[in-house]
Parts: sequence; structure tokens; C-alpha cells
Amino acid sequence: MSESNTILKLPDQRTATMPKRHYINNEDGLLSWLLTGDHKRIAMLYLMSITVFFFIGGAFAGLIRLELLTPQPDLVSSDTYNKLFTMHGIIMVFLFLVPSVPATIGNFLIPIMVGAKDLAFPKINLLSWYLYVIAGITILTALVLGGVDTGWTFTTPLSTHYLNTHVLTTAVGVFIAGFSSIFTGLNFIVTIHRMRAPGMTWFRMPLFCWAHYAASILMVLGTPVLAITLVLVALERVFGIGVFDPTKGGDPILFQHLFWFYSHPAVYIMILPGMGVISEVISTFSRKRVFGYTAVAFSSVAIALFGFFVWAHHMFIMGVSNYSALVFSLLTMLVAVPSAIKIFNWTFTLQKGSITFETPMLYAFGFMGLFTIGGLTGVFLGALGMDIQLTETYFIVAHFHFVMVGGMLMAFLAGVHFWWPKMTGRMYPESLSKLAAVTTFIGFNLTFLPQFIVGYLGMPRRYHSYPAEYQVLNVLSTAGATVLGVGYMLPVLYLAWSLKYGAIAGNNPWQATGLEWQIQSPPLTPNFIETPIVDYEAYDYEWLARKTEQEVTTVG
Amino acid sequence: MHISPVLWQFLVKWLNASALFPREASTIAPYMDALYFFLLAMTVVGMALVGALILGFSIRYRKARNPVATQVEGSTLLEATWTIIPLALFLVCFVWGALLYFRIYNPPTNAMNIYIVGKQWMWKAEHPGGQHEINALHVPIGRPVQLTMISQDVFHSYSIPDFRVKREVIPGRYTTVWFQATDVGTYHLFCTQYCGTAHSAMIGEITAMTPDDYDKWTRDSTSGMSLAQNGERLFASMGCNACHSGNAAARGPSLAGVYGSKLQLNDGSQVQVTDAYLRDAILNPSQHITAGYAPIMPTYQGQISEDGLIDLVEYIKNMQTNYRVQQTLTTAQSNQAAPVTPEMVKP
Repeated sequence: MSESNTILKLPDQRTATMPKRHYINNEDGLLSWLLTGDHKRIAMLYLMSITVFFFIGGAFAGLIRLELLTPQPDLVSSDTYNKLFTMHGIIMVFLFLVPSVPATIGNFLIPIMVGAKDLAFPKINLLSWYLYVIAGITILTALVLGGVDTGWTFTTPLSTHYLNTHVLTTAVGVFIAGFSSIFTGLNFIVTIHRMRAPGMTWFRMPLFCWAHYAASILMVLGTPVLAITLVLVALERVFGIGVFDPTKGGDPILFQHLFWFYSHPAVYIMILPGMGVISEVISTFSRKRVFGYTAVAFSSVAIALFGFFVWAHHMFIMGVSNYSALVFSLLTMLVAVPSAIKIFNWTFTLQKGSITFETPMLYAFGFMGLFTIGGLTGVFLGALGMDIQLTETYFIVAHFHFVMVGGMLMAFLAGVHFWWPKMTGRMYPESLSKLAAVTTFIGFNLTFLPQFIVGYLGMPRRYHSYPAEYQVLNVLSTAGATVLGVGYMLPVLYLAWSLKYGAIAGNNPWQATGLEWQIQSPPLTPNFIETPIVDYEAYDYEWLARKTEQEVTTVG
Repeated sequence: MHISPVLWQFLVKWLNASALFPREASTIAPYMDALYFFLLAMTVVGMALVGALILGFSIRYRKARNPVATQVEGSTLLEATWTIIPLALFLVCFVWGALLYFRIYNPPTNAMNIYIVGKQWMWKAEHPGGQHEINALHVPIGRPVQLTMISQDVFHSYSIPDFRVKREVIPGRYTTVWFQATDVGTYHLFCTQYCGTAHSAMIGEITAMTPDDYDKWTRDSTSGMSLAQNGERLFASMGCNACHSGNAAARGPSLAGVYGSKLQLNDGSQVQVTDAYLRDAILNPSQHITAGYAPIMPTYQGQISEDGLIDLVEYIKNMQTNYRVQQTLTTAQSNQAAPVTPEMVKP
């Protein structure tokens, strides 16, 4: 790669060394990791554990696609199939997507970005990881004992009266996972409010922090509702208290209201931190401040606020009153606007920039394309009449995979690649990772675009067998899933490889402006040698250029 | 490259038999598809716009061509543009979608009614004339058909993609959906709400027939007793007529002609008597006391199946006089013609 096509600036590899002391070698021994209060180490613990769960969830997805290769229910039994998609959903949503960016990248970076030594409550941060692990083990226990087949939505009265699988064990797991995310959110809110370095005003914070702040509010306010809903399901199942049981005067629709009151904001918990990553990446690789910083920052907050008032759009066909359907459809249309604003602001960040195309940027482009499709197909579903035909079909499946996998997972990978040199001090292999980014993008489209078509044809989701005329599209989808699987395996392999053999990255390989790039990689345990004083805006590349120039003159 | 003719034939047949777009087989379908194509066009244009901008900027402002970036704060005008245009488009989608929703979920008053009971894992259709079908539904074309649906156990969802209709079937309450088939043929029926083990086997076939064929089918497949007749028998055997006899001194209100009327309850509220109200009043009578009567009716929760409730509702709906009620008080025989009302009762 010629010098002019990359901004990558690595130290001279013949003389470069890793810093003598950093958070990874600061203390040794397993216990020093398991009892650490260091947000960076906890982030790494999280990164490893969510990767494990991602591949467990991914394996279930693979089995689902393999079963759907043929219209006949021939690979596994119906019960097994139902357990597969249930576990896929529960693991991916609660154990991967919700903690993905915030608990790993966010955990690592939020304190550094605001110029703090650690999060506000390091022990609560560690507790949150332990809760996550306990939740994961509980859910795996349910799996090993025989699985659960409620669907990730725990719909009553199916989950309370009609299934004799391990509903309670799983619910306990999800309940605990909820507290893990509440603690993460709480820590972020307090840290961002109270621990910003001198000069780090709200509007000098990177947009990554704004996105996490908005997501944290959702975590703290939304997750308790999920917890109480699961408690009600458990009470109903064990004692038959009858809140959701119509024969006892309960209301089965109430469950839907409560569940979606959490689970709709939950999709913003999942996507907002990803949007934060994209803001950082796009800006860095165009050498330009994010177009309309304030609009992007406030659109995150707007999404968080509106996100709480659209839950009933999951219930348009369930016999909610026509007029409440109207209100919720209108609010749904409004919540789509901030997302559109973000997309256009990112696009115009490119304009007049000086763009390079390293791996994180490729993933970010992938995010923008797929998230645009995901968002616009959301408008299909928000339009009341259209929803009747599309809901509960593969169209829904395709839509939320575009947002969650095409959006969030792309953003997660963009972030992991972008900050990998900072987290580990080493570079990943560039051309292999570009190949992975392109493979993922192609595989993703091949997997999920056919599902839009088969959804409009009417193929219901969660179907073990389907009419033969839908086979061609399903075969395409399964083929795409195979490509996608390869695309996700690659990073694990080369990132692991790079831990030992990657080029030494130096402090600021991307020449980015964030505070995290002004310290050594990997950082010291207390992050900063002395508290930084922030006297420049976020994404101020001129400041960075002056600073670099000064350093060169001083040293030279 | 040589490809085996057998394999070739197989591939051609396989591709030909596959579907890309659902058939338009109801009066709703063209309206639905119009909105679908509008949304599709919006997505394609939006996608193309974002894609073209990214591609264009990537080429024009790549580092090789533009080594130094120009810093721009933002632009209120541009940002207002991409706030207002999407907002306007989304509002168009909202209004259009809402109009469609009301069209699909508000049945015309002259629709013929068929009852659907969903249970794990089958669909039972009950025609007023007493025809019962499992995982099938026969309907005439050119006539609005309303489905009044209820689940006996968990949530189900009744979906006919080629008619572009779908509605959740919920335990404990009636939901309705209506359609008017336009083309003779058979269509898929799916349960689209996950309902347990055999969810994907809870499917069936909708047969749309010409009105003549439909009449013939109705005559040939009747079980001999209409729903209302079943209901009458149930009414007598449960002893409903002991109180709801229509006598001046009766302890329960007269039910003749009650369907569709406005009823004054003793808590002061007024209700419209619908299928759902009748069902509720049988199951939870203490919450639905007609003004002027004592709350003495026992609950029938758990004593009558959903099918039985449908029979009773259908009987009460069609009850125009108390003559038969008083007859059954003494004879309790009901295999004679039921008191069918010739014209539809407008709710």
C-alpha cells in the first residue's frame, strides 16, 4: 500500500518496543484478572466472554439455516428446532448484543475519553461482569438440562402454562443479565456526569460518549421493567397468580405491553453505542470533524427519549385499539428521523475530507449501507396497514437482523479493529481484515436480502418446515449464512494471531484526536500519568497537527 | 460446460415452482401492494442516494486526491433539509399506512360471519350453518367475509398472505378480521405467532369458490345442526332459560333482540352488545349486570368450551323473540328449525 493511501503511522518496527509497563502486565496471575477493578481489564474479560457466547449463538444460527435448507422438517425435530431459535435469540440479544459495544469497547474507553482514571464504581463494574458470567452460566445450564422453547420473547400464556421446558432457569439467567447491564449503564452515567477532566465540557466529549450516555439512560430506566416482567412470568408459572391469565381475570396483552416496554428501548440500547463507534471511525478516517456535532449528539438523546414511547408498534395486529395504534405508528415515524439525520451527517462528514479506507472504515461503510436498509424497512413495519402483512414473517427477521447484525455487529467489528491497537498495542493484519470486512458484507446481504422477499410472500418466522415454493430463497439465505460464518471466523483467528505477531502499533497509529490516542498503547493502569487538561474540541485535527509538529520539533 | 439433462430439468422446474411475489387474491391486496411498492421505491431511492454520496465522496475526497481535509462545522440548512424531507416522507407513510389499516380492520356491515377457534395446533372454522372444518376454510368470492376468532389456549395468528390479512388470535377475547376474495383458488393459511412444538404444522388451506360452488359446498357439508341450533340446545341444557325466559317476572333480562342494542348496566355505564360482550357476560356475569337485575348469575368460566360459547353467542345473536325460549322450557327439544333471522342484525 502506497504511503498516500493510508493514514496509518506506525513506529519504526526495527526499533519499536511495547511499553515496559501497561495494564496487561501490571499484575500477573489469574486472580489479578478475576479481582481487578481496572475498567480496561474488565473490558477484556467482557470481550472474551461475549465472543464465546457470540459463537455459541452463531452455531445455533448455523443449525437453523441448515434445517431451513429444505422445506421438510428433516434435520432436527420440531422441539429441537424451537429450542435452537430460542437459544439463538436469548444468547444473541441478552448475552451478546446488549453488552457488546458498551461493556467491552465502552468500558475500555469511556473513562479514558473523558480523561478519568477509571469508571466511577470499579467494584460495581467488576460485579457487573460477574453477574454477566453467572447469567451466561445459568442460561447455558438451562440449555444443557434440555433447553427452552419459549422464543426469546417469553410470550405468555405459552411460557407460563403450556411449556414444560426450563423457562424458569432461563428467566433467572436473563433477569441476572439485566442487572449486569443496569450496573454498566449506571457506571457510565455517573462517570460522564462527575468524572470529566478539567476542560472536558459536554460538548467537547467525543460522540462515542454521547451515544453511550443515551444508551445508559435506556439501560437504567428500561431494564427494571424487563426484570419485573420476568418476575411476573415466574410467579404466574409457579403460583398461578393470574396477572396474564384471562380465565383468572388477567390480561395476556399486558405481558406484551410490559415486555416490549423494555424490549423496544433495548434495540436502541443495542444500536446507540454502535452509532457512537461509527462517529469516531468515520471522523478519523476522513480527517474531519463530524458534520453537525450537536445534531448527532442530540439525535442520540432524541432516540433514547422517543424510544420509550413506541413499544406498542410490536402489537399492531394484537387487537390494541385503532386509535392507540395510530399514536404509536406516528411516534414510530418520528423516531426514524434522528436515525436519518445521523446517516446523512456521517455521509457529509466524508465531504471535503481526506478519506482513507482501512478496515474499520470498511466496516463503518458496511454499517451505513446496512443500517440504512434496516432503518427504512423499519418504516415499512411502522406503517400500520403494511405491518399487517409483514409482521411475524421473515420480513421482520430480515429487518431486525439488518439493524442488529448489519448495524450493530458491523459497528462492533469496526470498533474492535479501530481500538485493537490501543487495547493490545499491536496491529492486526490489514489485508486479511479487509477481506473479512468484505466477506461479511457480501455474506450478510446474501443471507438477509432474500428474507425480505420470502417475508412478503408470507413465510412466517419460527417455522420449522415451509411450503416448497419458498425453497429457492431459503437456499440463497443458507448459502449466505455460510459466507457470513467465514467472515466472522476470520477476525477471531487473525486477531488472536496479532496478539503475538502483530506489528507494534505505537500511541496513535490512526492519528486520531481522542484522548485515548494521546496515551501509550496499551495504556497504563491509571490511564494518565497526570490528569489531562482539555483545551480543544472533539475531532480537532488541526490541534493534533500542531501538537505533532511541536513534538517533532522538540525531539528533533 | 456440460450439465446433466436430468439436473437441468430439475433446476428449471425448481426455479419455476418458486415464488417471488404473492398472488393478489383479495380486494385488499392491490391497496397493500401499492403501499408496498411506494415504500420499496422510497427504500431504493434512499439507499441509492446514501450509496451514491458515499461512493462519490470516497472517490472525490480520497486521500490521494485530496490530501488535506477542509474542516466544516456543519450546515443548519443542509441538516434542516435532511430532517424535514425524511420526516415528510415518513408522515406520508404514516397516513397511507393508517388508511390501509382501517380498511383492513373495519369490516363492512354486510359481511358474512365465520367463527375461528385456534388451538394447539389446529384451526377450527365454524360456519353459522353448522359446517365445521379443520385447518381449512371455504369462502365464496365476491362477498365480504368476517372472521370472529378466539384461541382456546395460547396466542396464535391467522394469516392468509395472498389475501394480505392477518390477525392475532388471542385467548379470552374475540378478534376480527375481514376480507373479500377475488379469485377462485386455494391459498396458504399460516399460524404466524409462535405457539409451541408444532407451530409450523398449524397451517391450512383457504379455498375460495364461486358463490354457486360455495352454496353447493355449504349444502353438502352441513353437520345437520346450525350453530344457533347447537346454541339453543346448550341454552336449554345449561338452564339459561330458567331466568332468561322473557317473562315479566323473570330473574334475568330478556335476551330477545338484545344483540346490537345499547344496554344500560347497573354501574351506570352503557355498552353496545357485541359478540365479545355476550361472551364476557356469560363468563364473568358479575361484571356485566343489566340495570334493574340482581347479580345472581353464576360464572360459567371453565364450564363451556369456546365452541360452546360460540354456539350460545350465535343463538343469542339470532334470537328475535322469546317464543322458542318458552317452548324449550317445557319441551327442551331443539332439533327443529332454529329461529333464524332473515336479515343481518346491524351491530
